[in-house]
Amino acid sequence: MAERVLMKGNEAIAEAAIRAGCRHYFGYPITPQTEIAAYMAKKMPKIGGVFLQAESEIASINMVYGAAAAGVRVMTSSSSPGISLKAEGLSYIAGSDVPALVVNVQRGGPGLGGIQPSQSDYFQATKGGGHGDYKMIVLAPASVQEMASLTIKGFNLADKYLMTSMILADGTIGQMMEPITFEDAEIENYDKPWALTGTNCERAHNIVNSLYLKPDELEMKNIERFERYKLIEEREAMWEEYMMEDAEFCVVAFGIAARVAKNAVVAARNEGIKVGLIRPITLWPFPKDALLAAADQVKGFISVELNMGQMIEDIRLYTQSKKPVGLCNRCGGMIPEPDEILESIRNAQKGVF
Amino acid sequence: MEHKRLTLFAGHYGSGKTNIAVNYALMLANEGKKVCIADLDIVNPYFRTKDSADELEKAGVALVSPQFANSNVDLPALPAEAYRLVTDKATYGIMDIGGDDRGAYALGRYVPSIIEENCYRLVYVANCYRPLTRTPEEALEVMREIEAACGLQFTDIINNSNLGEETTAETLLASLDYIDQLCKISGLPLFAHTAIPPVAAELSKELTPVISLHLQKKIF
Repeated sequence: MAERVLMKGNEAIAEAAIRAGCRHYFGYPITPQTEIAAYMAKKMPKIGGVFLQAESEIASINMVYGAAAAGVRVMTSSSSPGISLKAEGLSYIAGSDVPALVVNVQRGGPGLGGIQPSQSDYFQATKGGGHGDYKMIVLAPASVQEMASLTIKGFNLADKYLMTSMILADGTIGQMMEPITFEDAEIENYDKPWALTGTNCERAHNIVNSLYLKPDELEMKNIERFERYKLIEEREAMWEEYMMEDAEFCVVAFGIAARVAKNAVVAARNEGIKVGLIRPITLWPFPKDALLAAADQVKGFISVELNMGQMIEDIRLYTQSKKPVGLCNRCGGMIPEPDEILESIRNAQKGVF
Repeated sequence: MEHKRLTLFAGHYGSGKTNIAVNYALMLANEGKKVCIADLDIVNPYFRTKDSADELEKAGVALVSPQFANSNVDLPALPAEAYRLVTDKATYGIMDIGGDDRGAYALGRYVPSIIEENCYRLVYVANCYRPLTRTPEEALEVMREIEAACGLQFTDIINNSNLGEETTAETLLASLDYIDQLCKISGLPLFAHTAIPPVAAELSKELTPVISLHLQKKIF
């Protein structure tokens, strides 16, 4: 058996990235993701990797773009306001079809907001964030163990589909400590014949670029990209179902909110209320088949979020609004107590959403 | 267990300093001592001494905490009131110091007074299950970095080796070689072992002393 270690969520991301073969980290400090950079700063020099604290978020995401174009596994990490600064780079990376891993350990917003946990970047992560038609694969860990496993998964998916994988965590999961195990990382290797590795005068130049002089070529490139996105939607959705077999009500929550919600579901079951939980693990692609199937089974949904209600729009969209969807939320750095969610479940049973 | 007037807990971040400092403060208060605990952590944004404010107040332990702890402001400022720990010599003072060398810089401000009074322990909190201090040699490196940052040398080691809620007697027993080796290469004595209450009870005869640690409440 592999050994157990006690780790912070942020450290687990950093260690998992190293185990996934990432040797290039570019970042700029921000709370509450600091431990990722601190861990990389300590470890990368010892294993022949690069840790670089850039002069800004914009510089760091463009270093990621450059390293990705050279075909190496590369990552950056930040928190909400920092991700906004990286948005232009994310769009360029998407437009150039190169793989990268970006971590957002969310804090309260908008603006400078605060340093306490939140999930208020759901729209930004799942609907693009930067300009133009593009998507990112968005992975939402709910434990320190998942911070590690989804980081490895994120690198694999990024290489497979030539795009950005985003780990959308929150401050609490980043800061909290749990015992975890690093199984041997399943690293998928993909040839990168497009990478800028030097021609050795033996092949034609590779070009990595997001600029197209001819509009018809740009249109074709966008259409091709969305065919790839369609494949991802068909193949890569991940979610967890909990006590859904006989559920009459369905709580939908991801990340830290799902952990609190799980306790509320157990408490409601103890009161005899038949309620279950669907926890999206990928926020894009959204687990729409699971939600649509649940819509034919349950009387209603409750979206539990650490924001003013963002995922609730996708729940309504993908369940085709067949059943009512209520919202149980806190924001600004606050986390709901299980009792607050339990109250929403009791209300749902009374038909109040 | 002999208590010094000042007990300072420092170590690698995430090694359990805050939890130990809070539990140790409550232990002294239970023995009828007048106690004041100071949160000197300028690094960590979450999971702070202040989370235990109610419990400390009930036990009559005074709490000195940065003005912006647990707020939305990321401002590493210490309150003037923290001087109380070095000036009020009728009270047992406990300091919870931030992780690694970066956290320990904050202690330096009080070191001249601490050395002058000369009735303190600077305790290194060790957890062999933390990934960046998996060997005694790595732990010693962190100790030396902290000492260089704060200008004070460690006097003791506390064995807080644990895997959170998964901790069993075996978890603690498996750490003993590591701790022996760390004591040997650092030349420092072991102050105590720590464990969650059931494990502490189980090992109370085998290992002495064991401090029983109550963990902070979690809602997730």
